Amino acid sequence: MKLRAPFRTGVVALIWAWMLLFVFLPNLLVIAASFLVRDDVHFVRLEGSLQSYARLLDPVYASVFLDSLGMALTTTLACLLIGYPFAYAVSRLPARVKPLLIFLVILPFWTNSLVRTYAMKLLLATNGLVNQALLGVGIVEQPLRMLYTEGAVIAGLVYVLLPFMILPLYAVFEQLRADLLEVSSDLGAQPWRTFRYVVLPLTMPGVLAGCLLVLIPAVGMFYVADVLGGAKHLLIGNVIKNQFLDARDWPFGAAASILLTLAMALLLYAYYLSARMVRRRSGDDALA
Amino acid sequence: MAPTRTDAEAAPRVATPEQTILQLQGISKSFDDKRVVFPLDLDVRHGEFITLLGPSGCGKTTLLRLIGGFERPDSGTILLAGQDITRLPPNQRPVNTVFQSYALFPHMSVFDNVAYGLRAERRPRAEVEARVREVLDMVQLQALAGRRPDQLSGGQQQRVAIARAVIKKPRLLLLDEPLSALDYKLRRQMQIELKRLQRELGITFLFVTHDQEEALSMSDRVVVMREGHVEQVGTPRDVYESPSNLFVARFVGEINVFDVEVTEVLGDGRLVGEIEGQCVTLPGRDRGFAVGDALHVLLRPEDLRLLPPDREQGFSGEVVERNYKGMTLESVIRLDSGHQLLASEFFDEDDPDFDYRLGEKIKVTWVPNWEILLPRETARAV
Repeated sequence: MKLRAPFRTGVVALIWAWMLLFVFLPNLLVIAASFLVRDDVHFVRLEGSLQSYARLLDPVYASVFLDSLGMALTTTLACLLIGYPFAYAVSRLPARVKPLLIFLVILPFWTNSLVRTYAMKLLLATNGLVNQALLGVGIVEQPLRMLYTEGAVIAGLVYVLLPFMILPLYAVFEQLRADLLEVSSDLGAQPWRTFRYVVLPLTMPGVLAGCLLVLIPAVGMFYVADVLGGAKHLLIGNVIKNQFLDARDWPFGAAASILLTLAMALLLYAYYLSARMVRRRSGDDALA
Repeated sequence: MAPTRTDAEAAPRVATPEQTILQLQGISKSFDDKRVVFPLDLDVRHGEFITLLGPSGCGKTTLLRLIGGFERPDSGTILLAGQDITRLPPNQRPVNTVFQSYALFPHMSVFDNVAYGLRAERRPRAEVEARVREVLDMVQLQALAGRRPDQLSGGQQQRVAIARAVIKKPRLLLLDEPLSALDYKLRRQMQIELKRLQRELGITFLFVTHDQEEALSMSDRVVVMREGHVEQVGTPRDVYESPSNLFVARFVGEINVFDVEVTEVLGDGRLVGEIEGQCVTLPGRDRGFAVGDALHVLLRPEDLRLLPPDREQGFSGEVVERNYKGMTLESVIRLDSGHQLLASEFFDEDDPDFDYRLGEKIKVTWVPNWEILLPRETARAV
């Protein structure tokens, strides 16, 4: 015990120091910067102001935010539509093939997502693989314009973020007991009823978790929009990055970051509330 | 014209449609090339409490799942009330199942769990409400209708599972070891309650268990299974007192076995043979045993009698173990030949001979005519 106590104190201290230095302090700096004024030489001038937040209300930015949110929601929906049946199918496969399939889902994590996004670009380019294949087979006369479209950005986001949807869904499907599906059928339920009243409610935590894990990064992955969307299809992440690196307007970039963080916090809170409601409702409306 | 012997034997097997609710004809099932159920026939009569009894892995649960529709048989036909249901999915069979795991929907209240089957039939709301109330009353759970399964005790969960299955008034209720997760006292209580429910509902119960005591005390008929085969079908008394082979005899309670060879058949049909060096006379019961036949003589522990060593009759041995069981006293006796026997006697404090000490010399006899005779088995003995 005497040996372990200092070790434990050391580890805990290290974690706290890490959190303070790399999470708490930077966030504090961002919050502080968002209330300051831009300065050409020193980035910020020590002068309290709300002008950065006022600029966020500018319709130009509002529309970028809405566009970005729209793309993120589309991405999330696409991931859900692909990931849900996939996770279900994998969970019902024999135990010996499951690890392999899940390994294949995780495999892309071992390659940097920026590299993978560039690979996507090679596929979608005007003289890229997809177009060459389509031309070769004769399905199209002229190469399709796929790169630098909103579709390309969404495809890139789906590609990068799909594992984050599949893994939580797979976890809940793995826990879904086969006997519950059997008993539902035994009691006379058609397959769709079993899905609606047994499978869906019991996998809802995984659906919510997967959607959050996809939605939150999907508004911020600026490099995907940079590589695949050109300059036209911006994510909130692009706006923030541009303010810090190109426009050198730190206060405005910081204010946009804060807004994004608040929006995400709100989403997490909504998730918490809905999860609690799902749990409670099943207990309460019995007699309804 | 007098009926021939074969007619008389075949008579109980041909059941009229109103008597037979379920008929299995040549049903078999394999998993990954391993035969779990060998082709077998079974008739279940309307309104009876019938039990599939056997050790784990004997195929009894698979048989139940075949009837429920969760597995497809490799061969054979399943008839329910004369209608072929072999290819029907579970949701189209008028059969309901109580799962060993209970399989209660964890996200639904007791009420919603029980109402599930009626809602799947799209019954009107008022009818659902009324019938759920009625069934919950029957299993004494009306006060807990709003609870969720994880807020219930094991016995209460069990009752919800039963209520949920019987609410649809199935022709046949399948119960897969429903009591195995309960402690002894609760188990006894649920056994009585299940019998009561079965009487009140008039539903045929097909019950699966590996507990022979449970099977004997609850069933109208018992089906003893082993390695995918039906070994014997009969009333609990048949199975206990006239087991068809050594496996059944050993599985349904404790048994002592002597080997004997018939040396003489007496004029009145009794058989003479030699056990442990002593000449014994056994009832022939018109089984057609002849001189030279090798037989097993089976004796239940409660048929043995322990006597003081100075008695003339009986085999001498010594008491090597005594287990007090409350109502009865169980003794392990080692005969002089080394053969060990289990004897079970009712407690009788007034009997001066009763309380033998460990190591004490005694004589063992049995009540005449209570022996079970079986042809000698070799390889298949357990």
